[in-house]
Amino acid sequence: MSDMRSSGIEKLPSGIQGLDVIADGGFPRGRTTLVAGSAGSGKTTLAAQFLVEGLRRYGEPGVFVCFQESADDIRRNFASLGWPVGEWEAASLWAFVDASPTLDEPVVESGSYDLGALIARVETTVRRIGAKRAAVDSLGAVFHRFSRYDVIRAELARLTLALGRLGVTTVMTAGRDDEYGRISRHGVEEIVSDNIIVLRNALEGERRRRTLEVLKFSGTSHRKGEYPFSVMPDAGIAIVPVSDIQLRQHASTTRVGSGNSSLDAMCGGGFFRGSIVLVSGATGCGKTVMATEFVGCGAEHGERSLLFAFEESSEQLARNAAGHGLDFDAEQRSGRLRVIAACPEARSLDDHLIAIEAAIDEFRPRRVAVDSFSALERGSTAKLFRDFVLGLAAIVRERHITALFTVTDEQGTGATCAISAQIASMTDCIIVLRHIETLGQMTRAITVLKMRGSAHDKTIRELTVDGSGLHVGAALHGLSGIVAAADGRAGNAVVERAASEEAQASLQD
Amino acid sequence: MSDYRLRLYVNGQSRAGERALANLKQICDAHLAGRYVLEVVDLVAAPEQAEADAVLATPTLILLAPEPRRRVVGDLSDQRLVLQGLGLTAG
Repeated sequence: MSDMRSSGIEKLPSGIQGLDVIADGGFPRGRTTLVAGSAGSGKTTLAAQFLVEGLRRYGEPGVFVCFQESADDIRRNFASLGWPVGEWEAASLWAFVDASPTLDEPVVESGSYDLGALIARVETTVRRIGAKRAAVDSLGAVFHRFSRYDVIRAELARLTLALGRLGVTTVMTAGRDDEYGRISRHGVEEIVSDNIIVLRNALEGERRRRTLEVLKFSGTSHRKGEYPFSVMPDAGIAIVPVSDIQLRQHASTTRVGSGNSSLDAMCGGGFFRGSIVLVSGATGCGKTVMATEFVGCGAEHGERSLLFAFEESSEQLARNAAGHGLDFDAEQRSGRLRVIAACPEARSLDDHLIAIEAAIDEFRPRRVAVDSFSALERGSTAKLFRDFVLGLAAIVRERHITALFTVTDEQGTGATCAISAQIASMTDCIIVLRHIETLGQMTRAITVLKMRGSAHDKTIRELTVDGSGLHVGAALHGLSGIVAAADGRAGNAVVERAASEEAQASLQD
Repeated sequence: MSDYRLRLYVNGQSRAGERALANLKQICDAHLAGRYVLEVVDLVAAPEQAEADAVLATPTLILLAPEPRRRVVGDLSDQRLVLQGLGLTAG
């Protein structure tokens, strides 16, 4: 805020999801922002969406100046994004200045010229519909049409000034050759150098990842660095939810049921409302069952509950839940429960996160479970996965949702696995499930490794899973030393617990 | 009989526009005497027409007839390029 005042530049909210957070309020009002990006980086969509959100959210008419594609092509392309440009034109909310090449007419240059005609057309169109916003796409195409680059540069600067005089906030796009090379072709950034956004579409791991970075903004404040975004088929550009370190508000002291009364007792009376619970364990230990009971319990107590299932189909989950006495179909019909089953590989982690946030905002649940993180981690890089986990934690924290996430840990050493190490600090409660060997027999065990803000049962207890659900049994306390000597696994659990408690103690300082 | 129809877009009373008009008249009188109609459009006064003809640069000369349409951009100071642009020379 102080930055904005000192530089005397107001911001115009773009209305694009997440972008105004990064841009700290929006685009510099009455100025031109250059959006530079390689082919296919989403710059045309961004420029157009700047107009779309303006007219939809704020009733601000916009002018689209197209140098590359014709107005007809653009109307057709944008129809596939669900943008009825023709209707907006009829309502004088949108107008084209079609400056696309007239391919069938040969052009010869003889003597000096300027772009006075273009500027006059833009000014006339802005005045005709009372435009507050303009998009110019893309500057590179103008340079292909004329031989005098010095003239074109000067004329584009004149266009920028003319739009500013009319009080129009403008987005101009320009191509670039490398993701990390010079800002744009033909040095157009010098024309509108005050405000620059760079879009990238770089390979990360085996996937392409789109990112947006505000390079500079007329000296006003903005967030630094690259932020991932997606181009959604029906909504255009959406910035991937950004994790915010400041989101550290304490969970409430109200307890809610986990779906298993014995587990509630182990946790000192249930989970805290608005807390984040991590369930870590090997395959077949009952993680999915725990997630199912968690959302089932929520629904039964009138809390809207949402389960994202990446491991099993919704039919499979409903069948298993029926065994636990939970009627998933009835709960779904009642609107208290929703199960969204998706294939982890169907989209990138960034896209998953955007879809999860959209589903949460639509259904507005009090509880959310994700089963499992591990399914989502496959085929991703550590950095992408970390961003996903932190982004998801921010989403549920912001909305005071009680969340339960499961993670597969085949090693049985929860604290050392990469995921747990990354996300342990953001969780309020960690429950570890594992197979252990007791007296020559494989048994499942459960322990509460961490329970922030509460006393909890620190024993390792026997766990059985059958058709009717999870059953917590007697403490395996006396056995732990024997098991550690024989196998080492349960011993690890004890060591981990000590380590975790130390970490907790230092966090609470 | 005028078989050449020409339209020249100029920007108000600009010097480039005046130069273009003078150059064009000279060329037409030398090569198309009595066979052409010239319409001069001030895009400040008629921006809609500039929109319809998709004009970007000023001055711009458009050959409307005979087909095909052709354009020459600039103050028309290079006579050889103007004749080439209008398709009035072989090369």
